[in-house]
Amino acid sequence: MALVAFSAVIPLMTVVNYSVQDIFGPGQRYFIGVDWFREALRDPEVHGAFLRQLAFSGIVLAIEIPLGVAVALLLPKAGWKSSLAIVILALPLLIPFNVVGTIWQVYARPEIGFLGRVLNDIGIDFNYTGDAVSAWATIVLMDVWHWTPLVALLAFAGLRSIPDAYYQAARIDGAGRLAVFRFIELPKMKSVLTIAVLLRFMDSFMIYTEPFVVTGGGPGSATTFLSIRLVNMAVGQFDLGPAAAFSLMYFLVILLISYVFYTILQRASAS
Amino acid sequence: MTYPTEPLAGPAAPAFARFRGIALNRRLAAPLLLGLYLAFQMLPIYWLMRMSLMTPGDIMASAEFLPTAPSLGNYRTLFTDPAWYMTYLNSLSYVILNMAITLSVALPAAYAFSRYRFLGDKHVFFWLFTNRMAPPAVFLLPFFQLYSAVGLFDTPLAVALAHCLFNVPLAVWILEGFMSGVPREIDETAYVDGYSFPRFFLTVFLPLIRAGIGVTAFFCFMFSWVELLLARTLTSVEAKPIVVAMTRTVSASGLDWGLMAAAGVVTILPGACVIWFVRNYIAKGFALGRV
Repeated sequence: MALVAFSAVIPLMTVVNYSVQDIFGPGQRYFIGVDWFREALRDPEVHGAFLRQLAFSGIVLAIEIPLGVAVALLLPKAGWKSSLAIVILALPLLIPFNVVGTIWQVYARPEIGFLGRVLNDIGIDFNYTGDAVSAWATIVLMDVWHWTPLVALLAFAGLRSIPDAYYQAARIDGAGRLAVFRFIELPKMKSVLTIAVLLRFMDSFMIYTEPFVVTGGGPGSATTFLSIRLVNMAVGQFDLGPAAAFSLMYFLVILLISYVFYTILQRASAS
Repeated sequence: MTYPTEPLAGPAAPAFARFRGIALNRRLAAPLLLGLYLAFQMLPIYWLMRMSLMTPGDIMASAEFLPTAPSLGNYRTLFTDPAWYMTYLNSLSYVILNMAITLSVALPAAYAFSRYRFLGDKHVFFWLFTNRMAPPAVFLLPFFQLYSAVGLFDTPLAVALAHCLFNVPLAVWILEGFMSGVPREIDETAYVDGYSFPRFFLTVFLPLIRAGIGVTAFFCFMFSWVELLLARTLTSVEAKPIVVAMTRTVSASGLDWGLMAAAGVVTILPGACVIWFVRNYIAKGFALGRV
């Protein structure tokens, strides 16, 4: 319990403290109630970051979940090929976030990166430092590259837990590939996919390092997500009060959306 | 549909792909698509390795597929300059510390969740999980102040403790799944045979879930190794991890991409080793965790 206190409760309470006080210096703290919350809520930068964050999470979930399931279906069931594929798949998961950012920062550059060069060669004007669409495409592609393997591994775990008898029964019934997917594989993967959706949602909603390294939130504020905005506020401008209020609301939003996801998916798998 | 060529009770392992009509197509298409996808996965990593073999000047000069004038100079710098390899050791030390702390806390906690029903256990379980949802950015300042106040700032222990924030919930979650897979009768039999609880836990129970412990350690390693924000904020000089050192490779001549890429490759290596050891369990780890 002491450990949980040290790593979770005390920090959280400190944030709560900050969020309701105006701090001028040590010993000069004034209780000001909900002013910071009001200020953070009115900040247009925060509104923009929030909408971008929602759009980003929506896009990556819409791409990564189906793609991950597809990859899992393609994976060989056993043998060295399967092991090799799993190792290659899992590699991006173990690369430190800022290295991921660094890789993509170079990889997507038109003049020195493979992706940027190829895209420009086939006639797409791609320049993520200047063009908001390119910047978005880079970050989404990076996230897909980075996290689809997690979804794929989870889905693969779900697939492997299906007994062979199910497939034999389907074959006797003359079920087609699609029917097998729809009535056997998908229902069996539901619990792992719930985990995948929850984890991916939480992590994409908290994304900080990768876009920070690649675009630094730019061009302009085109890729300034909530975390980036928060860190700018807390460390850059040292506005502890609003930043703390902002943190708490951020946390609550994640909690709320995750809870909704959790309930919906639980219902779906129960019925 | 008929299956004249295959007996119904044939070997069931590749039963997946054995549906007539698409069987042939799939046999060719599946490896091809998978190969394409894996190539997509490997290319950025290849690009990093390519850069690590080149000098900054060469990197900025071309986007050729093969490295120009490859050399191991960058790696030589990494392994001879203490400023670099010490950061590497720092990273390893807090990751291992974190794994040890997380496991020693999560094992008893997970056992409690899997074996006993107590007041509000579901709520505590969900609350634990909410810590996993908290953006590290939220906890940044409090951590900084708390650890400065108790003199832990700039030690590997500070980072290890901070990373428990998201690793302990995950570990409890995964371990609980594995433990629930062990029948309760085993506990009871052990008590009947006169085992004390600690002896039972250490000599009977832990060996039974060692796959689960391996998987948990893997996930702890993974999330602690890749985290930057907390690691950067809680350290300055003494305990600086390698991921942070990489963000500061700006020298008088600008950013040294070659050195940075080499450091990046080096940070991937431990991960690759760990994956290789647990490759058969990775998938299981999550599948057995309860939602």
